[in-house]
Amino acid sequence: MFNLLVGAGVLLVLVILYLLFRIQSLIGIAKKSKNIESTSNNVNANLFILFLIVGFGAMFYYSYVNFDKYTLPVASEHGPRVDSLFWWTMGITGVAFILTHILLFIFPKMYKYDKNRRAFYYPVNNKLEFLWTVVPFVVLSILIFSGFRAWTDITAKAPDDAEVVEIMGYQFAWSVRYPGNDGKLGNYDFRIIDATNEFGIDFSDANSFDDFTTRKVVIPKGKPVLFKIRARDVLHSVFAPHFRLKMDAVPGMPTSFWFTPTKSTSDMRQETGNENFKYEIACTEICGRGHFSMKLEVEVLEPAQYEEWYASQKSFLDRNEDYLAKVPEKYRDLAMEVSGIKDREKGTSDNNVNSAL
Amino acid sequence: MSTLSQNINSDVHEEHEHHEENWVTKYLFTTDHKMIGKQFLITGLVWALIGGALSLIFRLQLGFPDMNLDWLRPILGEWITDSGKIDPNFYLALVTMHGTIMVFFVLTAGLSGTFSNFLIPLQIGARDMASGFMNALSYWLFFISSVIMLSSLFIETGPAAGGWVVYPPLSALPQAVPGSQLGMTLWLIAMVFFIASTLIGGINYIATIINMRTKGLSFNKLPLTIWAFFLTAIIGLLSFPVLFAAALLLVFDRSFGTSFYLSEIYIGGEALPNVGGSAVLYQHLFWFLGHPEVYIVLLPALGITSEIIATNARKPIFGYKAMIGSMLGITVLSFVVWAHHMFVSGMNPFLGSIFMFLTLIIAVPSAIKVFNYLTTLWKGNLQFTTAMLFSIGLVSFFISGGLTGIFLGNAALDIQLHDTYFVVAHFHLVMGSASFFGMMAGIYHWFPKMYGRMMDEKLGYLHFWLTFVGVYLVFFPMHYIGIAGFPRRYYSFTNFDAFSSFTDLNTFISIAAILTMSAQFIFVFNFFYSMYRGRKAPLNPWKSTTLEWTTPRVPGHGNWPGKVPVVYRWPYDYSKPGAEDDFIPQTVPYSETKSSNLPHENELIELEEEINREDEKVTEPQN
Ligand code: HEM
Ligand SMILES: [Cu+2]
Ligand SMILES: [Cu+2]
Repeated sequence: MFNLLVGAGVLLVLVILYLLFRIQSLIGIAKKSKNIESTSNNVNANLFILFLIVGFGAMFYYSYVNFDKYTLPVASEHGPRVDSLFWWTMGITGVAFILTHILLFIFPKMYKYDKNRRAFYYPVNNKLEFLWTVVPFVVLSILIFSGFRAWTDITAKAPDDAEVVEIMGYQFAWSVRYPGNDGKLGNYDFRIIDATNEFGIDFSDANSFDDFTTRKVVIPKGKPVLFKIRARDVLHSVFAPHFRLKMDAVPGMPTSFWFTPTKSTSDMRQETGNENFKYEIACTEICGRGHFSMKLEVEVLEPAQYEEWYASQKSFLDRNEDYLAKVPEKYRDLAMEVSGIKDREKGTSDNNVNSAL
Repeated sequence: MSTLSQNINSDVHEEHEHHEENWVTKYLFTTDHKMIGKQFLITGLVWALIGGALSLIFRLQLGFPDMNLDWLRPILGEWITDSGKIDPNFYLALVTMHGTIMVFFVLTAGLSGTFSNFLIPLQIGARDMASGFMNALSYWLFFISSVIMLSSLFIETGPAAGGWVVYPPLSALPQAVPGSQLGMTLWLIAMVFFIASTLIGGINYIATIINMRTKGLSFNKLPLTIWAFFLTAIIGLLSFPVLFAAALLLVFDRSFGTSFYLSEIYIGGEALPNVGGSAVLYQHLFWFLGHPEVYIVLLPALGITSEIIATNARKPIFGYKAMIGSMLGITVLSFVVWAHHMFVSGMNPFLGSIFMFLTLIIAVPSAIKVFNYLTTLWKGNLQFTTAMLFSIGLVSFFISGGLTGIFLGNAALDIQLHDTYFVVAHFHLVMGSASFFGMMAGIYHWFPKMYGRMMDEKLGYLHFWLTFVGVYLVFFPMHYIGIAGFPRRYYSFTNFDAFSSFTDLNTFISIAAILTMSAQFIFVFNFFYSMYRGRKAPLNPWKSTTLEWTTPRVPGHGNWPGKVPVVYRWPYDYSKPGAEDDFIPQTVPYSETKSSNLPHENELIELEEEINREDEKVTEPQN
């Protein structure tokens, strides 16, 4: 019933609007005078001025009031450089934006039609054309050049002592692997992936024995960190906004990105005044149903805390002893040693002895 | 050349003398370029409404995440979940279809198809296109493509859902997302027809412009619209085949077990046999079309506005040669910037540096165009027809969207901005809204020639202002959330602490989008109402100089009942000092305008007489 009423109401309004329009246009035809200097011409010219003032007013006001809401604090060494480039570009394009729009919206008012006036016949001026070819070219060259330098530095080869973290995307989550004490990630092969060994770690490679996996990324403050990035099903993309870091994860083609975090998670908690602050990684390459929820937490620790955390992690083999069977016979002893299984077993047997006593 | 064009012209002309038209040959399987242009237009407008409606559905999800959408169930059926929400898979399908429809079906076919067909013969003084049959074929291939693409919206697994770029492996693996099953197959088939349509159309435009210009109409007297259509067709001809190749390889990967794009994949609990392919290869191929495509969409709009701004400023377009030069520059450069979409795709960073240089260079011709538009307005005598308003709106969007391109073209900045809403804001302004405004400007301007009647100006003003303000309200705020890092193609933004505080802004954008879309119905009404009941149009309502305004109010087959007019001058003699009127049509010889001629133009008078003599000789036998 209610719907019906609304429908009828809408219909009525439409009919009235139509009739008004019809009357208006009939009067227009009757009057017949097609005068270009009409009121419409004035109104339109004035509306451009109004738009200019209100538009810029709103833009400046909103940007000023909400500045902090939309600018993320930066927490990596290259971040401030990217940000400063961003704000320089903003300044330069901002000036161009404002100047051109002032002209674009004031000209309609200044030069609106007047039948007693002729437009200025001004088809060409090569000096002007030259000027506005060269000026943008020079300005852009400066921007390109600083962008180029920042880009080459950011994408340069990672330092050898960088902490290595492997991040692998899949539908619809991330997995994280660390190289363990040897600092070397073991090989992997997508054909041996299974529900537990989601990375497809290849246990015939001795480097893999001490690798450990985690559910979040933990990295030290102030040290270079190298993300080794890959995907195992479709494209994903690792985006850590606070670190100004983004790199696609591509099946069959490992990628990487290195950076140096400059603020620990607790530093950030202080800076933002948000006790629950967490660094997050989001997926920025469309990957299917759960694309919007592919979140990975990142925790930045002080270096000492980090060492402690690192040492306390149990290797993959230690946690999944079944996979020892995949280790070739001749390495098995080594694997038990490196993965920490031996230590643990010794520990428990010691305990047993103690309790027996 | 001239004999060839003469033959073609006379053929069509003779046909015109003795033939009867029935409904089918007139409206359906017509070979008349004007009718084909209108077919493209109407189909394009229908697509625009569909594409717009899709965007409103996903804007509802983003702006009102808690809203119960059960009332959409009659249309969307199972895609509304039991809790009254849009299914996330369908969200992606909506985004994908919206993008595909807007870019290809509305702004490529609907804009370029409409105006290239309608205006090329009329503005170059030809009786029809070089091949009317191919022209009709081009439309009908587009129509078939449309039907297939539309049908994919109604199948059970839903339409393609990999984004309009349909990157594999997502688009190649049916188990990755339901949209990659039948929906993706239909997408590919539809695009093959679409590409064929575009190529056939493009060849025809190019052949017509090169061969069939009327006497005296050399390339340096062509209206900028024709230049724009010409270069657009060339870009299309060179880039669409590459998309075809990319799509073909994707078809192989999907159906025949090849590994062009696939490698080392473990999905759905099994490892696939494919090794050695490269997902990045597809991106290179796609963007080799994809980037030129944004100019395919934009150049016709720029051509149209150049024409409209000059006419309504009553002033020659400033820097005619520079305008052509910058379009040529854009044409060439558009082919060497594609990898700026791939800075963080994992390709070699050095390659990224090269593409950064090339990309920022392409900003120069764009800047030249903007300054030339501004100078054309300066000291003009501006009359604000609806078309003029939309053209000024286009320039505004072109500036605001173009400037953000300088951020994105800078690889160091793109690290943060890539695939965020900053990109969505950027391309909606510079490509979406600018081209859409170009299309609207063109419709308002040439409606009198299409239907012989005027559109209502007051409704036009209302339409313009609501849309202009609306577009800024929708897309400007997107820059803010983009700078804050909010990724695009996200079903919901509450999962991340960093992005969860944007609810208000998203609600605001959605409301603005709904209002802006509603305002388009003013246009729809105006369009169809004026078609039948609008004021009858005078022969040259905007006092324009170009050839189409020398035809009868509603031109028939062959466009000019008598001889095709001869052209003597460039199309921008507005407000020439010493001239009687504030415009001199292209068909007025210099010998009749001695009072306004510039010194070098007086020298052309002799040449004119020669043209006239020749003209009489050749056309005599026909009439
Ligand atoms: C009614 C006006 C429009 C609105 C409200 C709108 C809104 C949007 C939004 C919000 C998105 C991003 C969705 C997401 O990433 O989750 C989007 C995507 C897109 N839109 Fe629009 N849009 C409109 C008109 C247009 C027009 C005229 C074009 C023509 C170029 C266009 C082309 C695209 C493209 C290419 C995408 C990207 C699709 C993808 O990510 O694969 N839109 N639109
Ligand atoms: Cu994703
Ligand atoms: Cu591009």
